[in-house]
Parts: sequence; structure tokens; C-alpha cells
Amino acid sequence: MHRSSEVKHVASYLNTRGCECFGQPCESHCPVLTDRTIHVQLKTFIKIRVKPDRTGVVTDGVKHSMNPFCEIAVEEAIKLKEKKLVKEVVAVSCGPQQVQETIRTALAMGADRGIHVEVSGKDYETLGPLQVSKIFAALAKKEQADLIILGKQAIDDDCNQTGQMTAALLDWPQGTFASEMTLEADKLKVVREVDGGLETIKIKLPAVVTADLRLNTPRYATLPNIMKAKKKKIANVKPADLGVDVCSRLEVLKVDEPPQRQAGVKVETVDDLVGKLKEAGRV
Amino acid sequence: MANPLRAELPFLGREYPKGADYFRDRLRAAFAKNKDVNDPEKIKELISRGGFVVKELEALHYLRKYRALKKRYYETE
Repeated sequence: MHRSSEVKHVASYLNTRGCECFGQPCESHCPVLTDRTIHVQLKTFIKIRVKPDRTGVVTDGVKHSMNPFCEIAVEEAIKLKEKKLVKEVVAVSCGPQQVQETIRTALAMGADRGIHVEVSGKDYETLGPLQVSKIFAALAKKEQADLIILGKQAIDDDCNQTGQMTAALLDWPQGTFASEMTLEADKLKVVREVDGGLETIKIKLPAVVTADLRLNTPRYATLPNIMKAKKKKIANVKPADLGVDVCSRLEVLKVDEPPQRQAGVKVETVDDLVGKLKEAGRV
Repeated sequence: MANPLRAELPFLGREYPKGADYFRDRLRAAFAKNKDVNDPEKIKELISRGGFVVKELEALHYLRKYRALKKRYYETE
């Protein structure tokens, strides 16, 4: 039984943004703004459409929900709390009013309280991993968090940067692409999914961990839990309060749809196939 | 008799792949068909069946998400 006094505070940062469409496969990813902690994503199974002025993707009227990888992160944090290894789980999200819904989902899954970092309008449109990780770093210091868990990447922008940047800003060790994590005394054992297979590392706390798909199976926030979550507190904070400038250093020049899939050509015989391949210069 | 299923099932059904409307209509039909059942044994059975459907929906919901992510992000042999 691990000492529960070791890890006082787990801040579970979920990114809210991205696509969560169940139904039709998403043609491309929609760049939804990621909120630091909870990634709110556009519905993953909606048909994504590029805006006519090609500055981005249509997000009006698209329902946002929690980034799937961030759901896994929340689940891991709550599992730690259930094992009595951590005292408190805080769910954080950056973005406009609508992200409160996603924070509520995290609270319904079992987080103790939420923090909503208000970013809206133009600032929200340009909010990216760098600003988000600055916000997270500031919050981690303010809340004296011992562990930050977030999804490895948001499915709308696929940046895969926020976790790493946050660790760098805080000068904390990081365990990214975690498919397994265990608390051992004052160290965290993380099994990482890397290209070559699995890598096991031991890092000291405080640390940042980013969740990969196989870390766990996130629980579904049931209706009674959502009702109970309404009583939990969500604090409101502005980036300026944390001393963070959310001005973006990046400018999106153009957003294009992926090229249309060309119709295939049917051939009658193997010779025809070879002929066609030669024609196309492939053989 | 307050039945928690009456709230839970429509809530879960809103993400149903064939459409929330499809689910809602089928759900209403299912409840209407059994509204005259008075035998407590039968009622228990129907309620447990409802609970089973709730668990199934949750599992399918997660499975769809998992498969979508796996297909999108991980190379399949």
C-alpha cells in the first residue's frame, strides 16, 4: 500500500478540442481550439468542412467534447485517487464558456474540482500548445500539483506538444505516450509506447505524463454522476491572472481539404495491370 | 415506481450511431409495449434487461471510440 502522503495533488489536464464523431469517419481533423486541460474536441464523427476563406475548419454549431486521449488521462487520475495514492484530482480546461460542459464530464467521471481558464474569441482561435502549456505550468505552480496527466495529443490538431512543453517549462521529468504507469514510493514507473516497442522509465515526482490509447479504458460518465457533479466547484481564472500572454506566435496561412480520392481503374487481366502500372511509371 | 432506467437509457441513446431519433423511437416503442406488465417477476426481468442494455451501450460507445482512434493513429498490420 503506497503512502498517500507522497502525492498530494494530481492535476489532470484535459484537452478539450478535437473531433469526436461516432458514425461517419472524419475526413480530416478539425482544428478545434484545445483547452489546456480538457481537450474539447469537435464531434469525432462529424463531416469536417473547411471554411470558405480557408483559414480553418467550420466549428460553428459543431458539438465539442472531450479529447479521447484526455478522457484516458482523467480516468488514470481517478484510478490513482481510488487507489488512495493521490488526494485530489483537478480537471482544467482552457477556452470559452462551452468548455465548462467538458469539465463537468470530468467531474462526473470522478474529479474533485475544476478550473476553467477563460479564453474566448480571437484568442481562443489562435490558442495553441505553447500558450496552453504556459497556462498549465503557471497553474501547476499555483496549485502545487505533484502530477500532471494529459492526453498525448488532441485529435483536432495532432500537435503532441502540450505535455512535453509543460514539462520543459516546469523543468519536470516527463513520461509521454504512457501505456502503463505505477507509483512506486516517490518515483513513477512509466511504460511508454515507442516506435521500437515499449520502454520502461522511472521518473521522480513532480512529473508530467501524457496518456496513450492503451493506458486504460475510460469510464462512461453516467447520468446520476453528471447530476452529482453539478455540486462540484469549477473555479474561473483568466490567463492574465496567471501572468500568461496568450498571443500566438503562429499564423495559419491556409487550410485545405485533403485531395479527393481519385476513382480506381478496373483491369481485366494481370497483363493489363502490368501495362497500366508501366504507363503510370510505377514499374 | 421511479425507474432510473427511464432517464439513463435516453441519455445514453443520444450518441447512438444510427441516430438519436432512431434510438428514441425504438426505446419508446419498447416501453409502450411493456407498460401493462404487472407481474413483479416479469418487471424485475425487464428492468434487468434494461440494465443490460445500458451496459451494452456504454461498452459499444467506448469500443467505437477506441476503434476510431486505433485506426487513425496506429498502424495496423
